[in-house]
Amino acid sequence: MKRPMRREAVLTAAILLLILAAAVVLDAALPRYHIVIKVIKKGAVYALVAVSMNLLNGFTGLFSLGQAGFMLLGAYSYAILCIPVAKRMGVYQYFQGGIMRFSLPELCSGVFGEAAGTVVGMLLALLAGGLLAGFVAYLIGLPVLRLRSDYLAIATLGFAEIVRTFIQWNALGPLTNGSNLLKSYPDLPGAASYLLLIGVFIGVIVLITSSTYGRAFKAIRDDEVAAEAMGINLAHHKRLAFVISSFFAGVGGGMLAMYMGTVQALSFKSTMTYEILLIVVIGGIGSITGSVATSFFYIAGLEWLLRGLDSGKFLGIKAPGVFKNGFRMAVVSTIIMVVVLFFRRGIMGDRELTDLLRRKNRRRKEESEHG
Amino acid sequence: MAEPVLHIENLTMQFGGVMAVNDLSMDIYPGEIVALIGPNGAGKTPAFNCVTGVYEPTNGKVEFLGAVIAESHPRGRMKKLYAGEHRGLYTRRVVYPPDAITKLGIARTFQNIRLFKSMSVFENVLTAMHLRRTSNLFTAAFRLNRREEAAQRARALELLQIVGLDEWKDEPAAALPYGKQRRLEIARALATEPRLLLLDEPAAGMNPQETMELTAFIRQIRAQFDLTVFLIEHHMNLVMDISDRIYVIDFGRQIAAGVPAVIQNDPRVIDAYLGGG
Amino acid sequence: MQKLLPYILNGISAGGQYALISIGYTLVYGILRLINFAHGDVFMVAGLILVYSSATLPFYFSIPLVLVCTAVLGFVIERAAYKPLRSAPRMSLMISAIGVSYLIQNLAFYLTGGLPQPVTRPIPWVSGMVTVLGASTKRVTLVTPVLTLALVLVLLWLTRRTRIGIGMRAASRDFETAQLMGVKINSVISFTFVVGSFLAAVGSLLYFTNYPNVAITSGAMPGLKAFVAAVFGGIGSIPGAVVGAFLIGLSEEIIKGLGYSTFSDAFTFALLIVILCVKPTGLFGESAADKV
Repeated sequence: MKRPMRREAVLTAAILLLILAAAVVLDAALPRYHIVIKVIKKGAVYALVAVSMNLLNGFTGLFSLGQAGFMLLGAYSYAILCIPVAKRMGVYQYFQGGIMRFSLPELCSGVFGEAAGTVVGMLLALLAGGLLAGFVAYLIGLPVLRLRSDYLAIATLGFAEIVRTFIQWNALGPLTNGSNLLKSYPDLPGAASYLLLIGVFIGVIVLITSSTYGRAFKAIRDDEVAAEAMGINLAHHKRLAFVISSFFAGVGGGMLAMYMGTVQALSFKSTMTYEILLIVVIGGIGSITGSVATSFFYIAGLEWLLRGLDSGKFLGIKAPGVFKNGFRMAVVSTIIMVVVLFFRRGIMGDRELTDLLRRKNRRRKEESEHG
Repeated sequence: MAEPVLHIENLTMQFGGVMAVNDLSMDIYPGEIVALIGPNGAGKTPAFNCVTGVYEPTNGKVEFLGAVIAESHPRGRMKKLYAGEHRGLYTRRVVYPPDAITKLGIARTFQNIRLFKSMSVFENVLTAMHLRRTSNLFTAAFRLNRREEAAQRARALELLQIVGLDEWKDEPAAALPYGKQRRLEIARALATEPRLLLLDEPAAGMNPQETMELTAFIRQIRAQFDLTVFLIEHHMNLVMDISDRIYVIDFGRQIAAGVPAVIQNDPRVIDAYLGGG
Repeated sequence: MQKLLPYILNGISAGGQYALISIGYTLVYGILRLINFAHGDVFMVAGLILVYSSATLPFYFSIPLVLVCTAVLGFVIERAAYKPLRSAPRMSLMISAIGVSYLIQNLAFYLTGGLPQPVTRPIPWVSGMVTVLGASTKRVTLVTPVLTLALVLVLLWLTRRTRIGIGMRAASRDFETAQLMGVKINSVISFTFVVGSFLAAVGSLLYFTNYPNVAITSGAMPGLKAFVAAVFGGIGSIPGAVVGAFLIGLSEEIIKGLGYSTFSDAFTFALLIVILCVKPTGLFGESAADKV
């Protein structure tokens, strides 16, 4: 029993390291703005955000639609903390350079040296965004998490809209730049660093879901009444899941800002939450592997492989009348609906990569025993 | 006799105009197996729900090991509607949520089985040990609680052996046959380390053979875990066989109490069950 | 007061339009316990059909066309996306609704080329200007509340006096029992979607008289607000939805009139969260206890 478990863990780790190594090679071989690099970066960000949503909606069974709001908090925290002081005058041109008079990467450069300090500062800014999102989740969690499933969905959706309004509020302009965009903050170099970073974050989420707390979350999802009767404090654990999920959504939002290069509150609409939810559903509600894999497929399809659907030529077929702007999204959302209706368990169901490897092992063993 | 494990005093649970439990008083002493019986709709499960904190009683008091775990008096709308007795006897309001009561040492099973369906048999038991953890989120996530986790796993396996489910430990809980699901529910309840075990119709849907096994099983775990057992049951054979004492209720009200031999011949009980009088 | 008057008039008008949308939410939620996230997009599609059809057809033809097409759209959505999931968990149904919303928006993007479609020929007469108590406004402002109330009365008559309407009420009280009692549940649900979409189409005709164009996201905000109105009034209750919608329409416009237009949307959602936490059953809703 114990040994095959370990073998799967080793295999999984090997696969993940291989992917990371491949990314290092790609980074060296391809120019920075190559589409493959961009796909990996954006896919990684979506993977983190999708997994954080899965933790709440899939593992704990709380149907929350506040993802875009928490991502927005993380994205703005990251951008605000990381814009170099010298560039603030230009970015906050309508607000006399804003009220922030420091930049985390620059502060840390003074301590750790230029290169290391910048990275440390950026990481700290990401974590700060996560903490802010987690803290806000803590505050609104108390009233909101008592609500029934569908009311929770609509309340969190409303919350995300409120966050967006506040960020765009002119009176907060010196801090948030109002409805203008934030830019000029640093980005991590290369796809490998993105993969490494989200690997660490998702790794932490996996550790949590496989711990005694993860079991308590799943118990709440399966049967609230029974979970409570087994001594699991519902309010406490729901709030915990909500805060953890929001923390990682905030970090993911920060990384999204990092990837995009500019950030504006306007783009964090409920459609973004829907998009992530649908990724989670297609990957399989309750499967981290599914969320991660689907994120990469989804981004690769949209940003790269299906581009032709929008520009007249796809797989060698030329049909400018049909393949015009927006056809790609129409096709993708049709596929999504097909999955939602007919493949309700998604790609992975609630299985993980380790489960797949285990099954293969077991089958091989059975075959060798029979043969 | 020793101090009661569970002391219920003038417990009343009224829903709108319906008296589900009406002025119920009872005591359960250490090591006893006590049954609560009555016709369908007599108010047995509501009484359980008041003890386990699922409902807040309308009036009355529940004590566990000498400490008040539920006490209430008619409030709000019930001030007008309340039709029970002993109004004004209870002035305090003590409300514990179900999880806090489980933590104090009362565990239960459910009439309509409520297992964690997506989990394996083993995980079901393991999850019920969450409440006795000493780890926090950080130590649990980063596996600094390795020793506790290992102890819990060993204990869960031991419990499964005791209830005879260790062979099925990796099966999904929902895939077990009905009788085994009931056993798993008991194992899961035991994992919370209770002093008092509440069983809500443990023999429902079982054949005579299984019922006999269950009787022996309940006796066994009482001895092994130093338990006090409080159960609701319809199978008279089981009840008469296993109970030290029996309380009978009808329309929420106690109509008889005593040892099985007395209850068996009590005309009020026979009336209640046969619908006479 | 004189300064606020135009806002109050707008508020009544917006409230009427929200009311027409929110009835669709409240009826569907009453029966299926589903937040029909696609309802706001149905509303938007009605606007698009109006823009396209009125460009070539006369109004006495295009307006009925909008109403019929939208009702058919509601019917099709229910049959295609919700009916197959009738026995699935509620979460799947909600996900399907979100998927439909996403699909409609993306299809609309494809068909419109992603550009907001200008309302070049607003509906005559209702878009004409009138003067009320010294404030000048479009005639639609006055037409909306009257038309809304008239339609609500018709709808209430429908649910009290017709077989299918009584079926709707029965299904929203207890889905399974209604089915056992011989209510044709599929026809009732389809009818509910048709009625909801029809009313949303009427709302859309009135709403886009006030706006210069129809964008693919035009339905999202009014949709969400109409849902909030339905919750506010007590979801499942038709009069509740109407009262809630007028209250929300009015308070939003008054907030704008006081100079806080940034917060008019946020106010609605803050109101939602407060209502849900304080009185989840809303103004006219009935409470239903869950059984252990």
